[in-house]
Amino acid sequence: MNTITIARRELISYFRSPIAYGVMAFFALIAGYFFYVAVVYFVRRGLESSMMGQSFPMDLNEFVIRPVFSNISVIGLFLIPMITMRLFAEEKRTGTIELLVTSPLRDLEIILGKWTAALLLYASMLGISVLSMALLFAYGKPDWRPILVGYLGLLLLGGALLSIGTFISTCTKNQIVAGVAGFAVCLLLWVLDWASSFETSVTAKVVSYLSVLQHFDSFSKGVLDLKDVVFYVSVIFVGLFLTARSLESLRWRS
Amino acid sequence: MIKVEGLTKRYARKVAVDNISFEVEKGQIVGFLGPNGAGKTTTMRVLTCFLPPTSGSATVAGFDVLENPMEVKKRIGYLPETPPVYPEMEVHEYLEFVGRIKGVPKGDLLRRVAEVSEKCAVADVSKTLIGKLSKGYKQRVGLAQAIIHNPDVLILDEPTAGLDPHQIIETRDLIKGLAGEHTIILSTHILPEVEQTCERVIIIARGKLVATDTVENLTSRLRGAETVSVEVMPANGDLDAGLVRERLERVTGVSRVMPKEHRDGKLHFIVESQEGQHVRPGLARAVIDAGWNLNELHAVGLSLEEIFLQLTASSDPHKPEPVEAAVAGENQ
Repeated sequence: MNTITIARRELISYFRSPIAYGVMAFFALIAGYFFYVAVVYFVRRGLESSMMGQSFPMDLNEFVIRPVFSNISVIGLFLIPMITMRLFAEEKRTGTIELLVTSPLRDLEIILGKWTAALLLYASMLGISVLSMALLFAYGKPDWRPILVGYLGLLLLGGALLSIGTFISTCTKNQIVAGVAGFAVCLLLWVLDWASSFETSVTAKVVSYLSVLQHFDSFSKGVLDLKDVVFYVSVIFVGLFLTARSLESLRWRS
Repeated sequence: MIKVEGLTKRYARKVAVDNISFEVEKGQIVGFLGPNGAGKTTTMRVLTCFLPPTSGSATVAGFDVLENPMEVKKRIGYLPETPPVYPEMEVHEYLEFVGRIKGVPKGDLLRRVAEVSEKCAVADVSKTLIGKLSKGYKQRVGLAQAIIHNPDVLILDEPTAGLDPHQIIETRDLIKGLAGEHTIILSTHILPEVEQTCERVIIIARGKLVATDTVENLTSRLRGAETVSVEVMPANGDLDAGLVRERLERVTGVSRVMPKEHRDGKLHFIVESQEGQHVRPGLARAVIDAGWNLNELHAVGLSLEEIFLQLTASSDPHKPEPVEAAVAGENQ
């Protein structure tokens, strides 16, 4: 109940400030562009192969939806720090954190409320891309199940990065610092799997396992793999756990 | 209602609050007086469960701040030095939000919001964004927030800081109006504020408890000796400063006369009385009777710094502690 109260207040802040609109507009622009490029490429290849008399598998899922999903997952890396940076940093700067911490709330309720609000903003941002998918259904017959799995994957990926961003936001009073640090961590977690492309040692495998995007691959294909779900859920737990520790330490250090 | 025993709060390098003990009865309004950095905010933060004490204990309504923080938090309304408001929210939205997180039952919420808005005179701006309000209004919204769940104890950290004189009077009246229903602790570094609003005073300096007493006792203790500023003008011609001084010294109850700067033929003196003596009528009569003009005669109030010097000096006659050194430990 308290969690919902916190989340509602957080959403009010998001939608009364330019952040929500900025993030959503940026997403609409970039995701729309990627979708356009994917569709144009698909149509052109279809046309070319039919002119040359070859048969081209007109598979929307494989040639449009999958690349669009992987592109969206990368856009998320850039936008998520912008969503999480103010969560705690702003409250610490203005002193409203004192109100939350001296209210009869459990730390967990505060953290879950804020993370949920961030996740809802992220989800509504993804909602924009549903329009593009709807277009595909209007003109073609893609399979809807891989799309659902893809969105589930995006939500899990987003939830994981949002929990890390939330943690980073508790570490500073400065939103910009929280944003930049969050972006650096997101970027790092993305490029980790590049290690496995030229190395096959155990270390490289472990490092590349930690890459958040690598686990999204199966989702973008429409495959629901339990081990990837477990990975994201555990990252969410670790992120929120670190947030809780950091919030608690605020009191002991301050 | 509030009981603090041997409370100590140590930060990494300095001791902000050093072994403080005091008690506050139910329904009392108590002033927490001290210069900046004395440890007022730290003590309040311990009472509101924002900071844990390093040692010692603090209980509110019988609940310990370390063992039962939830119960303590339910019973405390807290207004930090800067009102904890969200500029992007409307006043009524904000008050409803605070009411919810403070555990006001759903059915009572709107009624409570209306009540506290009325009481704190923010009802007329209830649909305004808090960010657009003046400092005085923000402070009142902060106060409304603190009383929304009708707490037993109200803790107000410098509730009048940064307000203009008119707003200060309004806020003081508001706080006085809240006394009786709530036990109130308010901190300030302004002495008259305590005299006007509080029943009891707790004075701390450099993290240590210096005095705790009723306002009357404390002021009479401190003001037992009166300090008066006198300005005398000759009725005609010149006037010998030594003569005036001698005349003033002869007034009953005067212990010391110190000449200050003399300008434009006006003679200025600072007169100190003996303990418990009111010398102003005598001084006035003496000047008039001598045929001089009395240009100015007023009591000089003790500044907070002087009070601290007096109090700390009397508790430790060998080493009067300089108050300037007390700026430490606050706003951590």
